[in-house]
Amino acid sequence: MWKFFHKLASPPHFYQFAGKVVPWFAFTAIACIGYGGYAGLFVAPADYQQGDAFRIIYVHVPAAYLSMMGYSIMAISAGIGLIWRIKLSHAVTAAAAPLGAWFTFLALATGSIWGKPMWGTWWEWGDPRLTSELLLLFLYIGYMALRASIDDIAKADKASAVLALVGAVNVPIIHYSVEWWSSLHQGPTLVREGGPGMVSDMLYPLLAMILGFTFLFGALLLGRVRTEVLFRERRAKWVREMLLDDGGTT
Amino acid sequence: MTDTAPPVPSLWSGFIGIVRRDILLAWKRPGDVLNPLFFFAMVSTLFPLALGPSSEQLGSIGPGVIWVAALLAALLSLNSLFVSDFEDGSLDQLLLSPQPLTVLALGKAIGHWIVSGLPLVVISPLIAISFHMPDQSIKVMAVTLFFGTLSLSLFGSIGAALTVGLHRGTALLSLLILPLAMPVLIFGARTVSLSTSDDAVSAGIYFLAAYCMLALTLAPFATAAALRISNE
Repeated sequence: MWKFFHKLASPPHFYQFAGKVVPWFAFTAIACIGYGGYAGLFVAPADYQQGDAFRIIYVHVPAAYLSMMGYSIMAISAGIGLIWRIKLSHAVTAAAAPLGAWFTFLALATGSIWGKPMWGTWWEWGDPRLTSELLLLFLYIGYMALRASIDDIAKADKASAVLALVGAVNVPIIHYSVEWWSSLHQGPTLVREGGPGMVSDMLYPLLAMILGFTFLFGALLLGRVRTEVLFRERRAKWVREMLLDDGGTT
Repeated sequence: MTDTAPPVPSLWSGFIGIVRRDILLAWKRPGDVLNPLFFFAMVSTLFPLALGPSSEQLGSIGPGVIWVAALLAALLSLNSLFVSDFEDGSLDQLLLSPQPLTVLALGKAIGHWIVSGLPLVVISPLIAISFHMPDQSIKVMAVTLFFGTLSLSLFGSIGAALTVGLHRGTALLSLLILPLAMPVLIFGARTVSLSTSDDAVSAGIYFLAAYCMLALTLAPFATAAALRISNE
């Protein structure tokens, strides 16, 4: 078990491993999103209050969940990179940031589109989750801006890792201080006492979409980490050997 | 001659030494202290001029405007927190000193707060009066700004340490610090607005005080780590 992780931390091994895993992740993502998208749009009954407008939940909820998941992945790999000085985990942090930022943007955009028919406004400052999602986007932007302004990769890794960790301490505080405002957002539907408050025809597509988005995120992340590793190790021997071996087709 | 090293000064004297030095530096160059203060006063003046002199409106926007102005003024002064030390090499001396860098970073942040945060707290009642805010709100304003500016100095010192030596400092620092400063802004401004309608304010003040304690205990470690990384 430990040996597996130790091997995984070495860039060439990771590169090979991720290359094998990505197609499986991508396949699972396509299958889940395909089923979830079809069932969510055509099979699930219309909501008795929101009509067909609720169907945007099948994109909104997975995107919002991944926006936070992305930040957690960033913070954890930043911590691992700072503490154990594993270069690969810095590459993961760097690769996760733009992905997380895009999912945050997607969650904001779908939330805003959902808000128009439901609340009558594109944007509602009184809604704490929309606002804290916006602040999360700003955290991502600050992280990427710091990274982009430091030329030396090793220094950029460490400096932005400190920022990611400080941000991670702040995320819950920001979330709850924004929540202090009065809320318009519908309460949690999925995770609450007494089981999810949804009929199964609506619920299963949503779970499938969440699973599919997670695998999509995983596939995109691993793919990005692979290119990041390749870029960072471009002068390393194994990269040259690998490229010579298969004539540059990989 | 014996080869024993000279005694290392105590932690406290290291901390006090940094604070005293920064205050002395500010005293010799009063512009550094006064510019953010004037900036604070002028930004607060912009709003009545832009929105009209109706006293009810001013009273209701006052807390938010003063808090935003204080936040911007703090950012403005944070930008130069480590720059002069970086340029004249005293930052390298701080990194080499036998004192733990965390304590020195705490000293830098406290020194910054005494020089730039505390004056804001002191002149905020004047601005609050000009916004026709009621008396009880003026007190709440000063108390929330007290904790708020201290937290900003501490959290801001992390950002200043991360961006020291980078040429794109100013806008970058704002990008890094502003999202982290949101809890302070939300609780500070909301607590003062609640106090204008005689609502309970103790919860907000407790929150700000707790946040300030969190910043006091955690921020110096992050600042010290950031300083080491920036000066590798």
